[in-house]
Amino acid sequence: MSDQPSALSKGLYCSVLAEAGINIRALSLAATTEFGILRLIVNDTEKAKQVLKEKGFTVGKTEVIGVEVADKPGGLAEILNVMKANSINVEYMYAFVQKSAGNAVIIFRFDELEKAIDALQKTGIKIMKGEEIYSI
Amino acid sequence: MIWNEEFETLPREALEALQLKRLKNLVERVYTAVPYYRKKMDEAGVKPADIKALADLRKLPFTTKEDLRLNYPFGLFAVPFEKVVRIHASSGTTGKPTVVGYTKNDIDAWAELMARTLSAGGAHAGDVVHNAYGYGLFTGGLGAHYGAERLGAAVIPISGGNSKRQIMLMQDFGSTVLMCTPSYALNLADVMKEMGVDPKSLKLRVGLFGAEPWSENMRQEIEARLNIKAIDIFGLSEVMGPGVASECIEEKHGLHVFEDYFIPEIVNPETFEPVPHGELGELVFTTLTKEAFPVIRYRTKDLSRIIDAPCSCGRTFHRMQRITGRTDDMLIIRGVNVFPSQIEHVLMSIEGVEPHYQIIVDRQASLDIMEVQVEVSETIFSDEIKVLEKLGRRIEREIKDLLGVSCKIKLVEPRTIQRSEGKAKRVIDNRKL
Repeated sequence: MSDQPSALSKGLYCSVLAEAGINIRALSLAATTEFGILRLIVNDTEKAKQVLKEKGFTVGKTEVIGVEVADKPGGLAEILNVMKANSINVEYMYAFVQKSAGNAVIIFRFDELEKAIDALQKTGIKIMKGEEIYSI
Repeated sequence: MIWNEEFETLPREALEALQLKRLKNLVERVYTAVPYYRKKMDEAGVKPADIKALADLRKLPFTTKEDLRLNYPFGLFAVPFEKVVRIHASSGTTGKPTVVGYTKNDIDAWAELMARTLSAGGAHAGDVVHNAYGYGLFTGGLGAHYGAERLGAAVIPISGGNSKRQIMLMQDFGSTVLMCTPSYALNLADVMKEMGVDPKSLKLRVGLFGAEPWSENMRQEIEARLNIKAIDIFGLSEVMGPGVASECIEEKHGLHVFEDYFIPEIVNPETFEPVPHGELGELVFTTLTKEAFPVIRYRTKDLSRIIDAPCSCGRTFHRMQRITGRTDDMLIIRGVNVFPSQIEHVLMSIEGVEPHYQIIVDRQASLDIMEVQVEVSETIFSDEIKVLEKLGRRIEREIKDLLGVSCKIKLVEPRTIQRSEGKAKRVIDNRKL
């Protein structure tokens, strides 16, 4: 979307998704000097992609990893330490506290996806399934 | 296929004899019928009788756009107005339009030349020609139309615009030959992609593209994306319209100038002295047969060179190299000559980069600043800003390597650069020079 004050408030993305019955689970904004990049975690990726494309947005789909950690001090540090030990970079992340359980959910974009999955599994950190994230 | 075997493969001596005969007749006609030309020739001290050989052409004064403007609208017509059956004009974006006229014979010759052009590009009777050149005062639409009819093809006179409908009709009518500007061809490819139409499902076989300079990389892009062979054709309204020169599908290298109708010259753009074959310079045309609106040594401002090597297609006409730029399109950035086509060449050599771009030139504190805006396409889009920044830096570096001039690359949102249905406007020069 264009990097203008009105672009997000016009709610172009949001209303298009609302009309299609898509629920946004997480959202983050990044901006270059020319335009903004809106990243979304939604409950129906394919449908979201389709309706946004129909409205003329440029849409890309990216693989991310959802991780569940205890909602207490040191939860995030534990994961970042694993990444540090394996020289994996975090490109960006979303974090949110889950409502029902006492856990926090962190969604990561790593530079090396496979390696990250491997490292997390070896240390016994719980990687969430897609359905679990969609239904948060 | 050669449309007119007899003339298109004339041995050079016979061709030159024909040219000389026609040139003498032209000069005589123009001297008698057009007071402005007579005055210019008198001032240059040359009479029709002085034209004894083809080399005497260079004794004649040049004609420029300014001459056309001074004689607006009909001052350079060489026949009584009753003989004029068609009038075309340029868009006149820089003032009064340039007006050109045609007699019945001129229209007939034009159709012959466009039939040759279509034939050289691999079209034939029975083809379905999808003519998306603009109809109206612009010569492209009707020029291509008459040629396609002469060829024996079925013409879809769709003109420009409404791309979705164009694609629907291509599907339904089974269009086999596309005619439009190269930038519009890419626009059509974009729309096909949006509509989910696979170009391979269409019957399109070749495209004949002209009316704006385009690069070899752009040709490859069009060929890959539309699944066709792309042919460069050339013409300009002052000389006739499309049909002045055309590539042959055999070589796709250089455009055969239909020399039995036009004499091409290349002159040094500063001294206006003719340059030898093979050297780059400004393209100049003399029309040999035109009745209503003949021009003598018309300076096109297009840059090209003459290729005199024989061609495998069998045509004996010399070729002109595809237009690499215009003398008036040439940007001088911090003393370096830059043509938009060179920037385009770089952009199109980078995988995933869309051909939609615009060059914006400014001057800040007496320093020229060139910015190239490039659209971010789906294929290069990333939600990681550093990936986009890396791409921007790569384009910057490659332009610097090729041109020796640094520029700023600005990646912009998709579909923000204005689309063109005719000639693309590539350069915005904000310098007050």
